[in-house]
Amino acid sequence: MSNLLAARSLMAMSLGFHIIFAIIGVAMPLMMVIAEWRWLKTGNEVYLTIAKRWAKGTAIFFAIGAVTGTVLSFQLGLLWPKFMEFAGPIIGLAFSIEGFAFFTEAIFLGIYLYGWRKVSPRAHLAAGGVVALSGITSGVVVVLANGWMNTPRGFTMIDGLPANIDPIAALLNPSGVLQALHMITAAFAATGFAVAGIHAFLLLRQPDNTFHQGALKIALAVGCISALFQPLNGDFLAKQVAEYQPIKLAAFEGQVHTQNGAPFRLGGIWDSEKEAFDYILEIPYALSLMLHMDPHGQVIGLKDFPKEHWPPIGVVRTAFQIMVLIGVIMMALALWAAWLTFKTKNLFQSRMFLKALVLSIPLGFIATEMGWVATEVGRQPWVVVGYLKTAQAVTPMPGISISLIFFAGLYAFLAAIVVWLMWRHVAATPTQFEMAHPSDEGEFK
Amino acid sequence: MIGYETILGIVLLLALTFYALMGGADFGAGVWHLLARGSTRRDQHRLIGEAIGPIWEANHVWLILVVTILFTAFPPAYAQVSITLHIPLTLLLIGIVLRGSAYAFRHYDVKDDDVHLRWDQLFAASSLISPVLLGIILGSVTAGHFPVNPESFYEGFVAPWIQPFPLVMGLFTLVLFTYLAATYLILETQDEKLQELFRKRAIASVLIAGVLEELVMLLGKTGAPRLWGELSNSVWGGILQIGVGSLTLLAIGLLFTRQYWWARTCAIVQVTITILAWGVAQSPYLVPPYLTIFNASSPEVTLRLIVIALFTGALLLFPSLFYLFRVFKGGRLFEVSKKADG
Repeated sequence: MSNLLAARSLMAMSLGFHIIFAIIGVAMPLMMVIAEWRWLKTGNEVYLTIAKRWAKGTAIFFAIGAVTGTVLSFQLGLLWPKFMEFAGPIIGLAFSIEGFAFFTEAIFLGIYLYGWRKVSPRAHLAAGGVVALSGITSGVVVVLANGWMNTPRGFTMIDGLPANIDPIAALLNPSGVLQALHMITAAFAATGFAVAGIHAFLLLRQPDNTFHQGALKIALAVGCISALFQPLNGDFLAKQVAEYQPIKLAAFEGQVHTQNGAPFRLGGIWDSEKEAFDYILEIPYALSLMLHMDPHGQVIGLKDFPKEHWPPIGVVRTAFQIMVLIGVIMMALALWAAWLTFKTKNLFQSRMFLKALVLSIPLGFIATEMGWVATEVGRQPWVVVGYLKTAQAVTPMPGISISLIFFAGLYAFLAAIVVWLMWRHVAATPTQFEMAHPSDEGEFK
Repeated sequence: MIGYETILGIVLLLALTFYALMGGADFGAGVWHLLARGSTRRDQHRLIGEAIGPIWEANHVWLILVVTILFTAFPPAYAQVSITLHIPLTLLLIGIVLRGSAYAFRHYDVKDDDVHLRWDQLFAASSLISPVLLGIILGSVTAGHFPVNPESFYEGFVAPWIQPFPLVMGLFTLVLFTYLAATYLILETQDEKLQELFRKRAIASVLIAGVLEELVMLLGKTGAPRLWGELSNSVWGGILQIGVGSLTLLAIGLLFTRQYWWARTCAIVQVTITILAWGVAQSPYLVPPYLTIFNASSPEVTLRLIVIALFTGALLLFPSLFYLFRVFKGGRLFEVSKKADG
């Protein structure tokens, strides 16, 4: 394996691993705060138990998210020193802001997790609110930095060096804002559905357990609202990609030749010899209509660009298609949930729906990973589109494949332990009896 | 008016100091976890687990702040350090990941069973290796002379840190962190047995730290001549050495007379002065002899914005941190303990 490929694989693996923990860390605090707020408002102890149980589970994800985030802040330099040297002055500010957001998050998380008895209920709820807000802020600035890699702004190249640097313009690059919105929504959709799925699984066994009913309602509400909103902002993002990164959009949509009145394509296998897709289904004019509100709008194809600037087409398109497919499934589940809630007035009686929720546990995470594969592999061969190639940015340190193997083992180990610990959490679910006698659980001894 | 480069250099040094005083002490506590023996072993473990619980994640963020300031304000230095010290940095990361994960696995689990002993061991072992690596990295940066076009793998990626000076810096950092942790832990408990135990450990570690500090200076003569020159051939260097020496004696005296609050304050001052002195002797170099805060800095517009971001952030950060420590460390942090004198 070449050093470049090893470095890319290691970066992808570190990001892919961190993202799962990051989105849970972004989304869970809001859900815990909603549960705690319900408790303060209604006095119903079940909601307090929900907040405490969720907090305890989330603490593990936070800790792993924090340490893997640390790995990334170093690995950016360890693997891509030339990229950081180039990007630091222009977009580094995003990470300085993220540093403070992370600080605030860690401080108030400590208060939230350990302070149940040490601060007043209102102060405790407020601490949870600060954790939720700073988590979202961290996510937004990091994705803004990624957006800059896709649509770099805020500098001009003079004699091969960036000059006239404007970090604010870099931060507000055209991709970043919509990407951040899409990512934060993804965090809430994925986490909401995953948590709802776990409680659905337990409700199938104990249908009258009020703990799981309450928890499922909150998680599902967060998941469904996000899943309904996500296709909309995904559509805005796609239009934006079409305008600023046409080559990436062409890879997403399998648009080989520039075309007026392009069809929306489903499936397809990329044949790199023929430079065409096999087995592709076409819905006439749909892509032009979606992107330009005009059935005859022009969609630029891959062939308009030199071949050395093409991203790996097959990977990018497959990842994009899986993401869209899952988005559609999650939207359908959200509509089903809405129908059950408003028409039959009893969400918990449909065993079929609960089973569907159980199956949906991994969906949001898969979609998020696929979205990142689509946008990051779709950015290749560039690390900063149009300015710096990934191959130019890689470290001269040889033997990165050794690091890759080691970190693969480390992440596999951590993942296995987290899954096992979560299983213990689920197995230790409170019964109806424990619910009636709330204890100190959730506080760390 | 001092320039933005200097301000950011100072902020970098202060952030590193805070990391040592807070995050460093958490690592030190992990080392004491590893060394816990005797009939109070379980009590020691519980004390350490409770002491760092609510604060360790926040304490850890100082390191992230150091890294983000470094790559935004001084990108060539970050790039150079990342290339040359790839191996120790990667090992440090592994230590950090295992330490944090093991702590979370142990303390945020729903059940309490034997597997927790394994997490404890992993937590303690990674707390031992991480500070050594951190010291090695700082030691290599102090020594400088990173190869620009290395002729071999060894010369480029191993030789800069496998040297007596960085290795002794690693040990010195480790012992300094355990010393801090011991003086903190005394004030975290009311149990006199534990207080006595950590009192003895604090005395032992400050003595070893003193010996290692002298060794660092001795090896610095050839290993890091710039640092050695600054510290041994200047008036302030001389005053400083006498100052650190007398603080060591003072700390021992305070520990002997059981004035724990003052002993801890003394330890904090010692560590702060040591790091600041290192920073002043090192300045303006980030990596001697080529990269300084002036020739490796980002354009002024970037520096200005980071300074604004840092000061705005500090307005949020310090009240929040004060609140966190007030809630969990309360009287132990802010009042001279009456009990400790008795």
